[in-house]
Amino acid sequence: MKTESKLEKVLASGALAVTSEVGPPRGAIPERVRQKANLIKDHVDAINVTDNQTAMVRMSSWAAGVIIKQMGLDPILQMVTRDRNRLAMQSDIIGAYSLGINTMMCLSGDHAKFGDHPMAKGVFDLDSIQLVQTVQKMRDKGKFQGGADIDTPPKMFIGAAANPFADPFELRVMRLAKKVKAGADFIQTQCIFNLDKFEKYMEMVCDRGLDKKVHLLAGITPMKSAGMARYMKNKVPGMDVPDEIIKRMAGVSKEKQPEEGIKIAIESIERLKQVKGVHGFHIMAIEWEEKVPQIVEKAGLFPRPAL
Amino acid sequence: MITAEQKPLNEILDYISPYDRIILVGCNECVTVCAAGGRKEVGLLASALHLNFLKHGRTVEIKEITLERQCDPEYAEELVSEIDRTDAILSMACGCGVQTIAARYNEKPVFPAVNTKFMGASVSQGIWEEKCQGCGDCLLGITGGICPVARCSKHLLNGPCGGTSKGMCEIAPDVDCAWCLIWERLKALGMEKRYEEIMEAKDFRAAGGGGPRRIIRKDLSL
Repeated sequence: MKTESKLEKVLASGALAVTSEVGPPRGAIPERVRQKANLIKDHVDAINVTDNQTAMVRMSSWAAGVIIKQMGLDPILQMVTRDRNRLAMQSDIIGAYSLGINTMMCLSGDHAKFGDHPMAKGVFDLDSIQLVQTVQKMRDKGKFQGGADIDTPPKMFIGAAANPFADPFELRVMRLAKKVKAGADFIQTQCIFNLDKFEKYMEMVCDRGLDKKVHLLAGITPMKSAGMARYMKNKVPGMDVPDEIIKRMAGVSKEKQPEEGIKIAIESIERLKQVKGVHGFHIMAIEWEEKVPQIVEKAGLFPRPAL
Repeated sequence: MITAEQKPLNEILDYISPYDRIILVGCNECVTVCAAGGRKEVGLLASALHLNFLKHGRTVEIKEITLERQCDPEYAEELVSEIDRTDAILSMACGCGVQTIAARYNEKPVFPAVNTKFMGASVSQGIWEEKCQGCGDCLLGITGGICPVARCSKHLLNGPCGGTSKGMCEIAPDVDCAWCLIWERLKALGMEKRYEEIMEAKDFRAAGGGGPRRIIRKDLSL
């Protein structure tokens, strides 16, 4: 084991891991973090805590992560390189680790243009791959990015993201290979709706032997409505929602659409469980956390392993 | 070249309205090429200012001068004969030119008439795009001649991010994804393998992180 991370232990045991996420509140409301975490706590192995997601200011991911840690749960600290330079990121990693956080996700982050501070300066001192390298160097070499020794290095289990659907498709596996080479231990993917294309991607991943080097958690998002499906297809960059999914959602009454969305999510998990290289699922139920337990149970991923 | 765009007329008027005698100084270099502050634009702006002052019953003396290169102290000297007969200088050069004039004529207020934009190139008539951020450590030799520092919206050295769609950047449908361009070019050059080499974190001292930058050429210094 490289770390004390519960996620690492679950993955090492060979069980399919389950993670989900909590978006911190846009205000000083620690109770809201607890409420959201409570909804999913028994059904996941670890909880991603997003970092100013969609470039909107929120409670910091490490602070919300500490609240979750204090509940006896396992937060995954998301960190975007958009908002902080390498000094700030490394100090936050040490701080988070000192407060019990041992798992993190290294991301570049949505562009500030999409958020509530489009006038902000994007930092991008490092990119996501260089952040992975930095966290690995801190852990395995005990050195800061700048080269100095760390007195008691933080030991983070290192995650990174992959979008199998963004263009150009032929680059996607190569980019994953770069993240693995940089030191990623696990990968959480973008929401998967186009299963055929994802399976093709996973074939390429396995052909290169990357499934032996990294744990890949497939991203699952239940749709609430046909409108949401259309929105994700047309408005969210890098999202691939096939027309059949939209047709299927639109084919049932409005009241039944949430149920249909959950059904699709469960069916997706069932199918992806069979795909070589898929080591777990990352369920992103956007402002719909209360549905996570049902999805996990019906997809046969409950109870979670006790470690 | 350095590109620029004229400031809104009201902002320019705010700067210069306290004065009765102004030198309006253009530059024959980059701002001439991007049609922001050359001889022609100096003439146009002078006319616009005259008209505006006349509407308010004022006559302001505007001396039009276009220097060969405003960022060069040698050419800045050409204003010496006029400087005692002026209250303020309005410069249509880039920020480098404005500062060269301000440093030379310490006793006169100097105002910019343009916003300096970026180092770019013309992609078609009337359109200029940013191509270089002067990072001080050129990567073009390993990125297929396309700069990710200047042209990727997140300046990613290991792109593309997950937001690219049909070769375009997530920030706007008319902005190319620099990393898609890099990939296509590496492929065309048979250099696909180059893509999988991780580009290490950049040393931003060369990009200005080490303070204002300076070039000293001993072979040229006096």
